[in-house]
Amino acid sequence: MRERSNSLRRDAGTGSSPDTLRARAGVGLKPAHYQRILESRPDVGFFEVHAENYMGEGGPPHRYLSEIRCHYALSLHGVGLSIGAARPLDREHLLRLAALVRRYQPALVSEHLAWSSHGATFLNDLLPVPYTAETLGLVCGHIDQVQETLGRQLLLENPSTYVAFAESDWSETGFIAEVARRCGCALLLDVNNVHVSCTNQGWDPQRYLDEFPLSPVREIHLAGHASDADAADRPLLIDSHDREVCDTVWGLYARVIGDFGPIPTLIEWDQCLPAWETLHGQALRAEALMNDSASIRERVRATAG
Amino acid sequence: MPPLAERQGAFAAALLDPRWSMPPECIDPSGRPDMRRFAVYRNNVASSLIEALEAAYPVVRRLVGEEYFRAVAGLHALADPPRSPIMLHYGKGFPEFLARFEPLSSHPYLGDVARIERAWIEAYHAAEAEPLQPEAFASIPAHRVADLHFTLHPSMRLVRSVFPALTIWHANRLEQSPSPLDLDSGGQEALIARPAAEVEVRLVPPDGALFLQRLARGDSLAEAAAAATAVSESFDLTQHLAALLESGLITGARLRRRRPTSARKRSLACR
Repeated sequence: MRERSNSLRRDAGTGSSPDTLRARAGVGLKPAHYQRILESRPDVGFFEVHAENYMGEGGPPHRYLSEIRCHYALSLHGVGLSIGAARPLDREHLLRLAALVRRYQPALVSEHLAWSSHGATFLNDLLPVPYTAETLGLVCGHIDQVQETLGRQLLLENPSTYVAFAESDWSETGFIAEVARRCGCALLLDVNNVHVSCTNQGWDPQRYLDEFPLSPVREIHLAGHASDADAADRPLLIDSHDREVCDTVWGLYARVIGDFGPIPTLIEWDQCLPAWETLHGQALRAEALMNDSASIRERVRATAG
Repeated sequence: MPPLAERQGAFAAALLDPRWSMPPECIDPSGRPDMRRFAVYRNNVASSLIEALEAAYPVVRRLVGEEYFRAVAGLHALADPPRSPIMLHYGKGFPEFLARFEPLSSHPYLGDVARIERAWIEAYHAAEAEPLQPEAFASIPAHRVADLHFTLHPSMRLVRSVFPALTIWHANRLEQSPSPLDLDSGGQEALIARPAAEVEVRLVPPDGALFLQRLARGDSLAEAAAAATAVSESFDLTQHLAALLESGLITGARLRRRRPTSARKRSLACR
């Protein structure tokens, strides 16, 4: 445990330490909910923020996050490092991330298997990479650099994709497993992304989960998606984070925690933000599933013993 | 196959400019290129940039209407995409783009309203700084006060308009029916800053604005007051200085030629 000022040692109203992330459900922290959270101190496992939203120099976002951080564990989710870009990492941006990590001492720091910058332009979307030896080398080099600079383990998130690359010679799960093995990084399993990508790519999600390395998974993301169709009228799911988690994704999630046990789980809802109660309700549902899985595993162990 | 950097370059170009065709190596499950799939990325990029501008310029959006705003913002996004992964800072060039946008030339105040909105966002995210307490002046000999140079709060912005841009901004900020515009009611100077918790926006008289502008660029109190007096004989230095101190916008003061050395004077050092 890193040394920390006393102000960050105060316990949450929930009785859990704000510095450790237990296998509970969290939600994405949105400015629209700052006041509500500070006033009513809801019983939430943790909050997650997009790192880049707190890279302004000062102002209300830092004031609120500092206060909320006193009472809750935090997960820092980067969306701008562009780990999959075929160019050196933006060193300044990496140092900004390191400063944010020092300031807020998050329990988890995650980024995406994607790229979002080219040349001087930031494209503000998580773009897909081909799964080749060339990409593997550059992604691993970037993750090594991030983990070295931050002095801690990074969680890498599986992507949602709409196209595949003709040149890919690794499966997505094989590629991710190899990155985790080579870099010693942790993983963030986005179960909605599994459903979206498997639907869009014509893969079997059960097989995807069979092949996905679960032991390095430190966090799960759950989110809602929109439905469209491609040119051949096949279903094309869009990772929109604008609605409740669908039943198929809840089913895949139940399977993952049934196989592996409870894992800190985040409800991601970034667009068309609902009332706090609806968002919190999704987190409560994830916790109920985690509790079910824990009690089933307990019974299995008792029976086996 | 060209190296990945080159292929990502072609992918990025096709995302921002529809005249570029989609990269042929992007395929669907049957191994064929599918424009509708690539278009998801195009839409994601365009709408995320438009949404960032919508969030930063709500008053301009209200003035021109949602549909029109999205179209103009989309043109701006293609012409001037983000250069940094910190999207909080995106949209700096939008006021200038609006001011020069020919189809909106019959709404010449839009650029200035956008500059107020931009100043508001910059003030919101600006660094923190402690206001200088009036007691700090006790250590300055009365005859040297005129030679003081101030450090002003990092959030402070001034927007000068030949239109009543601040009145327009105020009237269209809230979800109420906007009052009719009187464009001939004269120009305005807006002061935007966040000396304490929240962003404050207020109207300042032209001499007061010039006074602040001169102090901000490093002029001494005497030099700034002389400039303000030159445009307005009735400029009241005592009143303006007191108001400035009370506003919390002075965060440091020093005498340029004789740097403070004593412990007492060090408390006045520039932050």
